[in-house]
Amino acid sequence: MKYLLLVYHNEARFKSMPEGTRNDMLVESIQLCHQLDGKGQYIHASPLQPEATGSVVQVREGKAFVTDGPFMETKEQLAGYFLFDAENQDEAIRIAERVPGARIGTVEVRPLVEIAGLPNSREA
Amino acid sequence: MSDDTAQEARDKVDEVYRAESRQVLATLIRLLGNFDAAEEALQEAFAIAMEQWPRDGIPANPRAWLVSTGRFKAIDGMRRRARYDASLNELATHIETTTSDPLEQTNEPIEDDRLRLIFTCCHPALSSEAQISMTLREVCNLTTEEIARAFLTKPATIAQRIVRAKAKIRDARIPYEVPPPLELPERVEAVLRVVYLVFNEGYSASFGPSLTRADLSSEAIRLGRLLLQLLLDAEVMGLLALMLLHESRRQARTSASGDLVLLEQQDRSLWNRDLIREGITLVKQALASKRIGPYTLQAAIAAVHAEARSAGETDWAQIVALYDLLLRTEPSPIIELNRAVAVAMRDGPAKGLELVDALLKRGELAQYHLAYAARADFCRRLGRNADARASYERALALVKQEPEQRFLEKRLAELGQGTVSP
Amino acid sequence: MKYLCLVYLEEKTLNAFPSHERRAISDEAMSYCEKLQKAGQLLAAAPLHPVETATTVRVREGKTSTTDGPFAETKEQLGGFLMIDVPDLNDAIRIAAQFPAARFGSVEVRPMKELGCAD
Repeated sequence: MKYLLLVYHNEARFKSMPEGTRNDMLVESIQLCHQLDGKGQYIHASPLQPEATGSVVQVREGKAFVTDGPFMETKEQLAGYFLFDAENQDEAIRIAERVPGARIGTVEVRPLVEIAGLPNSREA
Repeated sequence: MSDDTAQEARDKVDEVYRAESRQVLATLIRLLGNFDAAEEALQEAFAIAMEQWPRDGIPANPRAWLVSTGRFKAIDGMRRRARYDASLNELATHIETTTSDPLEQTNEPIEDDRLRLIFTCCHPALSSEAQISMTLREVCNLTTEEIARAFLTKPATIAQRIVRAKAKIRDARIPYEVPPPLELPERVEAVLRVVYLVFNEGYSASFGPSLTRADLSSEAIRLGRLLLQLLLDAEVMGLLALMLLHESRRQARTSASGDLVLLEQQDRSLWNRDLIREGITLVKQALASKRIGPYTLQAAIAAVHAEARSAGETDWAQIVALYDLLLRTEPSPIIELNRAVAVAMRDGPAKGLELVDALLKRGELAQYHLAYAARADFCRRLGRNADARASYERALALVKQEPEQRFLEKRLAELGQGTVSP
Repeated sequence: MKYLCLVYLEEKTLNAFPSHERRAISDEAMSYCEKLQKAGQLLAAAPLHPVETATTVRVREGKTSTTDGPFAETKEQLGGFLMIDVPDLNDAIRIAAQFPAARFGSVEVRPMKELGCAD
């Protein structure tokens, strides 16, 4: 079963943290990815650029409307994600607990609808 | 070299800066792939020109010389800083090998660079405020202080907006390009919207004590002219015409005391005939094209007004017909309101009142002071003074701008009996 | 340059489509993803199970708190995603605009950060 972890934190607060701490968190995240990879579970993960770099696209009556992001105004902002294979929801939650962002922000666990043929397998 | 020729060379540098610094910048952004690096290179190139041109003479192609010098200085600077950041060396080599020195190149498509700059500054992924600030700063070369003054805000606010916009251009990788033909109409629309917002901010400031801020309007007209030079598009013509025709009435639009004068009461001898002539020529050209858009139609309406010797001699039937077309391309309650005013002029205030009441009932204009002002005016002309007074008061409660407020108060006072309710 | 496209839609809206239309939309999304994949532009993509299946996890002072439901209650919900690799934002916007859900939902395009810096 595949899961997407969405990591939210307060951008302003994160920026005010010492650079060393932020780097440690990044290293920890990378290590988590490598551990998942070692067990054949890792698919993809990435931090995101700040929310203000986002754009929103909508198509209505054949016309594309592009506006500046974010799509939702929230107290914490989507800062990155992890995509991986897990046995079940409990394992996914255990992995979520190990995401450094869970300590300073919030991690949302979302199960994927599995569709054959999409490049979400490890081979892709 | 004599003092005179040295001074001449320095004047030439100033002149080139005024006329061409934005074009040099636009090309440097393409070559260096970065706004900040390009601005730095631009300043360096002009500093070197100031030193060399008085001594060695003015180069044959000053613009190409400046681009070449700026590019060279930027690459050189990256190489020097590469001691601390090795990736800069790679970047320097990349720029050196993938771009060419303009002095060794003929027929550089530099006009495209100005368009690239405009389309990047007006990219829809930037907020509307960011688009306006970026356009005025990068394309028009206004300082952040000037932009802040024009928008009655703090320079730090504008500076921050620009810094953030540049960060987004860099981090989200907004490309420095003229959109492909298929996307061009929509992207041109976005650019025209920015230009028109700038014009309107200058023509009818939405808040504050002064009715117009002429600088912004003339900047918008300059932008419109530049766009038309770069892009032969009917709506670009239409917008430029619209701005020129509005601008032609600037003198007549406010009284000596700074009060608003309505179109029908304006002293038409104060209208700028040169601007009107230019505007009407452009409208005719735009109307002859196959793609007639909302700016062209609005300009055509303004042209009908401009051609009338007095309000009474206006071809209102023609104006109503143009509003009908406009509503078809761009349905909007505000355009419906304007159409109602034209219908009232053609068929009498009772007809106008009918339309405005139906419009107000729909609710979209419930907070729009001009809807109540129009209603009040129709009632006044029908002799329904109590109704008129109620609508003027409603309009006054919603209006934000002082001259418009004074105008409504005056109208209310003219109704006689009773004063403005607090 | 990599981008994460977050597809937001009102689950109600999608459920209101007749089933054959929903199937047509999903087929269109599938073949569009295949096309992107063939072009080497797709890293991953998938629809998500309805938002009711979401769980939110926070860790404070070593203690995990798990709550049922998404991070934020919103009118439109995250219904799926595409991770793409394209030259610039205009290409990313083009891909987002051609994705079927953009016609009745919204696609937020977020640039990914190249690893190696923590700012």
